[in-house]
Amino acid sequence: MDISVRRLCKEFDRYPALNGVSLEVGSGELIALLGPSGSGKTTLLRLIAGLEFPTSGSIYFGKEDASQKSVQERNVGFVFQHYALFRHMTVIDNISFGLRVRGRRNRPSDAAIRKRASDLLDLIQLPNVANRFPHQLSGGQRQRVALARALAIEPRVLLLDEPFGALDAKVRKELRRWLRELHERTGHTTIFVTHDQEEAMEMSDRVVVMSQGRIEQVGTPDEIYDRPASPFVFSFIGDSGELAVTIDRGEVFLDGRSLGPLAEGLPDGRARMFLRPHDLEITDDPAGAISGEVATVRRHAATRRIEIAVGEKRQRIEVAVPATRGFVPEGTQTFRPVRCRLFPAN
Amino acid sequence: MVSAVLPKLKEPSVIPGFGTTLGFTLFYLSAIVLIPLGALVLRAAGLGLSEFLTLAGDPRTLAALKLSFLASLAAASINAVFGLLVAWVLVRYDFFGRRLIDAIIDLPFALPTAVAGIALTSLYAPNGWIGGVLEPLGLKVAYTPIGVVVALTFVGLPFVVRTVEPVLRDLDREVEEASATLGAGRLATVTRVVLPALLPALLTGYALALARAIGEYGSVIFIAGNIPYVSEIAPLLIVIRLEEYNYAAATAVAAEMLAIAFLMLLAINLIQAYSRRRFGHAA
Amino acid sequence: MLREVSARPVAPVPRPRFARLARRRSADAASARRWQPPTTERPLARWLLIALALGFLGFVLVIPLVLVFVEALKSGIGVYVAALADPDALAAIRLTLLISAIAVPANLVFGLAAAWAIAKFQFVGKSFLITLIDLPFSVSPVIAGLVFVLLFGSQGYFGPWLSDLGIEIVFAVPGIALATIFVTFPFVARELIPLMQEQGSGDEEAAISLGASGWKTFWLVTLPNVRWALLYGVLLCNARAMGEFGAVSVISGHIRGVTDTMPLHVEILYNEYAFPAAFAVASLLALLALVTLSIKSFLEWRHGASLKAQRSL
Repeated sequence: MDISVRRLCKEFDRYPALNGVSLEVGSGELIALLGPSGSGKTTLLRLIAGLEFPTSGSIYFGKEDASQKSVQERNVGFVFQHYALFRHMTVIDNISFGLRVRGRRNRPSDAAIRKRASDLLDLIQLPNVANRFPHQLSGGQRQRVALARALAIEPRVLLLDEPFGALDAKVRKELRRWLRELHERTGHTTIFVTHDQEEAMEMSDRVVVMSQGRIEQVGTPDEIYDRPASPFVFSFIGDSGELAVTIDRGEVFLDGRSLGPLAEGLPDGRARMFLRPHDLEITDDPAGAISGEVATVRRHAATRRIEIAVGEKRQRIEVAVPATRGFVPEGTQTFRPVRCRLFPAN
Repeated sequence: MVSAVLPKLKEPSVIPGFGTTLGFTLFYLSAIVLIPLGALVLRAAGLGLSEFLTLAGDPRTLAALKLSFLASLAAASINAVFGLLVAWVLVRYDFFGRRLIDAIIDLPFALPTAVAGIALTSLYAPNGWIGGVLEPLGLKVAYTPIGVVVALTFVGLPFVVRTVEPVLRDLDREVEEASATLGAGRLATVTRVVLPALLPALLTGYALALARAIGEYGSVIFIAGNIPYVSEIAPLLIVIRLEEYNYAAATAVAAEMLAIAFLMLLAINLIQAYSRRRFGHAA
Repeated sequence: MLREVSARPVAPVPRPRFARLARRRSADAASARRWQPPTTERPLARWLLIALALGFLGFVLVIPLVLVFVEALKSGIGVYVAALADPDALAAIRLTLLISAIAVPANLVFGLAAAWAIAKFQFVGKSFLITLIDLPFSVSPVIAGLVFVLLFGSQGYFGPWLSDLGIEIVFAVPGIALATIFVTFPFVARELIPLMQEQGSGDEEAAISLGASGWKTFWLVTLPNVRWALLYGVLLCNARAMGEFGAVSVISGHIRGVTDTMPLHVEILYNEYAFPAAFAVASLLALLALVTLSIKSFLEWRHGASLKAQRSL
């Protein structure tokens, strides 16, 4: 089922939580909504589910306008951050709940419900917990039961709100891989919300980066990392440094020194230059290079990070060099951007 | 002697005053509660089995106990239904005067029972504000067992509201949303998801209201009419026997009531234990 | 060298405001028919439930309360004042105040001692002790009076011995006080115990490690931490002590002007068909209840957090 979100707005007591968001999700895609807290990602997910009603805009499931439909009619599988399992029901009763509450005409037979629930228990690899209560399960197990419960109603879309947020790091990693495999097997159109960029990059086909109720960029993990569309995306994803520069007829100047014709096609005036530590190289050649004073040196996994204070404002830029280089820089260092990104300052 | 035994049964601590405070607690508890109740049990035991059974099985006594128990059951049931409703409305809805209503729920705890008794009697008497309306309809409340139920409803009202309220407030809204996403309509969500979660608290409140109602005296005796075999409650019978200086009969009725009270206490503890096992927390 | 240059993505064209409003209105109109918020009831059901709850409370709580004051003042303010100025009424008020002045401090001291022992130390049999402290709540007030008659009455275990010594307990102030202490026994303790258990003993351990004595620690550290809960417990204890009827009725002997408390005086007047006078005294007790409820609500509203969030009955 493909989903189309069109110019969706949502205000809570006049406070705009979502500001004209449009998004197309293809059938069978695994999409991550990524952003800091307050960016509107959970609101978007809840609007798609029908848990909230939009102030304006519409939501299409395939060709059908779902905007007016109640949450019960939308047939979405929703997994809550804290699982929201029914505490007074056993695992098997939790999973069959969605089928048992159906009207008599649409309800499968008892035997069919039992069969489906036990199939789902197999799918989530927990065949032996059927008669336990939720409080007797570990966090990771609860998470999987919540997923099985959502899948039991054969949803058109699977929506997950911070699915791994409440789990510890190790379980989180395992579940990520497991969910990714499950998605490949079942092929549900899946949208999940996360504030963890590693999670978003590792799991999803496409990432939707959100900020302040707007979509900043939609793209594959490669596109998001390599070609950020806005200063926000650049600084939110991965490590980055920023320098205030000026542009004059395509040429970039830092404190009056030319860095070369890096900005063809960009308007003249003040601009923001974004740099990633891995896209900088230490050099001896002063032409088009930036120099500054070394502030600190830190070990960072397989690299050494040299923090250099640059220019009159002593803006800090990190340069990554291989840790094997055994290089202990001191005093002034010069580096050159292999790759950079410029955005006009406004 | 006490201080020589106790330290072995207690964890060491740097805080002083254990012997003094626990000693005083035990002394005071014994003097005020345990020894007097023990005296009652001793008296009842001193009657001998056959005399106790004769007194306890007296038809008037049995009728009074039956009325006390059935009227309390009815009142607790009314309170279970309306207490749940009141708790729901107070927790879930915002309306003008909600705080005031919330405060007045505890009136039966604060209002002396004798005051409640005469007020309810005047209200439901044949010439009262409500009794005057009900009388022509053929419904007599005051001076009948229905009056007893009315008074016991008043007395037990806060118990259900105050046990259900915090549980309902802490209930995770996400659980109801989950139910809705799974296709359950509002009624199905309330009956299948919310109410089962409230059940242990509701049962606890029910049992507390019941226990209180069985022992209640002050608010009932005015409205009941106190006709033997019809509207005479067990606590009143104790008072009547005492006034007749028939200590043995008073003791027998009291011992029966005490047994019922302990059974109620046991029931409440069992509900709590069940709830802890089932939901991982007490009601 | 790879260079990428980009501009900010095109900003969305601002839409005219009225167009947005119009769309919102149409969406809302449609929503009234189809979409429903998933965690609440439809407005009609909501108002029906509120009306039902308020109706019930009106009949059971509000009307009886109003009736007390209406009946008290029905025959005029003169009758009202005369009923309260009656010597027997004044004696009843004095006795009620005296009983409360005995029972409340006694249970206050007990509550503090019990809470200190239970909350600050780990020992065997603690939960059983807590159950025993709550016991008087499960016992009928009539039985609370009866047990003291069985102990100290003329046919009681200590009766003959006491009458030899000339000490009167039953049908006298000491008996009334004992019965009142029994029924109000748990009030202060049960407010303090859960709160002090929750607070733990870290503060006290810190104070003692800094050299404070046990008393100093109690006065300067523990008491300020529990003062609102203490006041709360005292308030409820006092309301019950002044209003207790069943237990006192059994043991007082109803001697007019001597062993009649206010609630007993209400009963006597009512049974004598002196309704305005009965309701006049009753209105004082109802006023006491209202003041108690007001202070209680104020404490919950203002100091709810330090009363302990999870309150059980």
